[in-house]
Amino acid sequence: MVSESENLIEITDLCFSRGARQVFNGLNINIKRGLITAIMGPSGTGKTTLLRLITRQLIPDSGTIIVDGVDISTLNRADLYKLRRRFGMLFQNGALLTDISVFENVAFPLREHTNLSNRLIRHVVLTKLHAVGLRGAADMMPSQLSGGMARRVALARAIVMDPEFLIYDEPFVGLDPISMGVIVRLVRKMNDALDISSILVSHDVDEIATVADCSYLISDGKVAASGSPEELQKASSALVQQFMHGMADGPVAFHFEAPDYTEQLLGRDAD
Amino acid sequence: MLRDIYNAMMEFVRAFGAFQLFFLRLLANSPSIFFKRFSLVVKQVYNTGTLSLVIIMVCGFFVGAVLGLQGYANLARFNAEDSVGTFAAFALVKELGPVITALLFAGRAGTALASEIGLMKATNQLSAMEMMGVDPLRRILVPRFLGGVIAMPFLAAIFSAIGLFGAHLVGVGLLGIDVGAFWQLMQQSLEIGDIQEGIVKSFVFGVIASSLAVWEGYSAIPTAEGVGRATTRSVVITAIVVLIFDFMITAVAL
Repeated sequence: MVSESENLIEITDLCFSRGARQVFNGLNINIKRGLITAIMGPSGTGKTTLLRLITRQLIPDSGTIIVDGVDISTLNRADLYKLRRRFGMLFQNGALLTDISVFENVAFPLREHTNLSNRLIRHVVLTKLHAVGLRGAADMMPSQLSGGMARRVALARAIVMDPEFLIYDEPFVGLDPISMGVIVRLVRKMNDALDISSILVSHDVDEIATVADCSYLISDGKVAASGSPEELQKASSALVQQFMHGMADGPVAFHFEAPDYTEQLLGRDAD
Repeated sequence: MLRDIYNAMMEFVRAFGAFQLFFLRLLANSPSIFFKRFSLVVKQVYNTGTLSLVIIMVCGFFVGAVLGLQGYANLARFNAEDSVGTFAAFALVKELGPVITALLFAGRAGTALASEIGLMKATNQLSAMEMMGVDPLRRILVPRFLGGVIAMPFLAAIFSAIGLFGAHLVGVGLLGIDVGAFWQLMQQSLEIGDIQEGIVKSFVFGVIASSLAVWEGYSAIPTAEGVGRATTRSVVITAIVVLIFDFMITAVAL
């Protein structure tokens, strides 16, 4: 049994539905401090939804989400915003503010939450941009950046307030191998150098295997398997094998539910 | 059929209630943003007001010029063509200035606000702000709302002033009305209450147009289609609500 202080986030019996579709049905996940925890699953299993629930951008139908000992459903708006300042979140597309420069994007949280002088803000922003290798792009506008660069700027912005935990939403999607390698290295480096905890949502099995300390595989609204990436690779479950080895057919069917093929081609399905 | 009508009514009531709560939050946060983050408001006055100046001035000029022509053609039948200035001034200051400015504002600045905010939502910029512990309502919506509210009375005043210049150019310059009569009759008949009515209207229309534009953007479905629909709706609803309020304010002021 893991003691409470070891878990940064505890999700218990989480249920959440969108309209008639049940996204989570009794989900249980513990995110440990100091580790990189990966949440994996086929597309459409609600991985991003889970991140939105953890950050209370969405509210669960039932179940509890405890973040650092606090049930986030009990927080009022001011306390929630205070808690969020301890998060750093990297969105899938970077979500940079498009009307201000790279420098101002990274400086944004500092200008909003602190009274630091311009000189100090410049110092902090350049340090963070240097950490992601983009000090030279400080004066560029977000529209001038490539996808990989935008994500690195967003990462610099996510760490500018020295968060206690970083949340990555599909950080590897749509990147070339070089950019992907850079992001994988940065995820590891940030976690260890800043002594923080990281949650990483992704379906890139190879990258997860390189970077994650612990993984959860979600399917059908529940945790299908958990453990280190090596343990998941060796798991006997058909679903885990299908996912980890990228097989087209298996428990997750290749064909979306449909009437009988022959019957439909012969036009008998309408009868 | 009855069920559809019931659902549509429920949806309307729900949306109206949600807008009211949103409007109250806008108002509640406005004073602190106005006094503590005035630079954000100034930037939006520039975006919504200054950048709308060209369309307001061009339209104002031609509306005034048409009033000069129509006024002359109709008043001449009663040998009252000297009153063209009075006619144009009443029409512009009390009605056309505030109303047409509001409609043009909805088309130029309102659509820009709704689509900008909708796209910020679609590209997760608003979510990113929330995740940084910054309330997008205070940082993005309230400054844009206040910018529109401040800009609108000035735009309406400029519209009316340029309109009078257009009426003068047509009436005095083209049609030969006596310049003294044009201005003096206007000064004698136009009272401070008439100008106040115009100012009150333009202020109210500014509140309506700005709040509806930011609301439509903020509540847009975060897809290309959703943002497009929200942008269109901001213009349509603003036009309808502005004309309803114009009728009500005119009825009260009479």
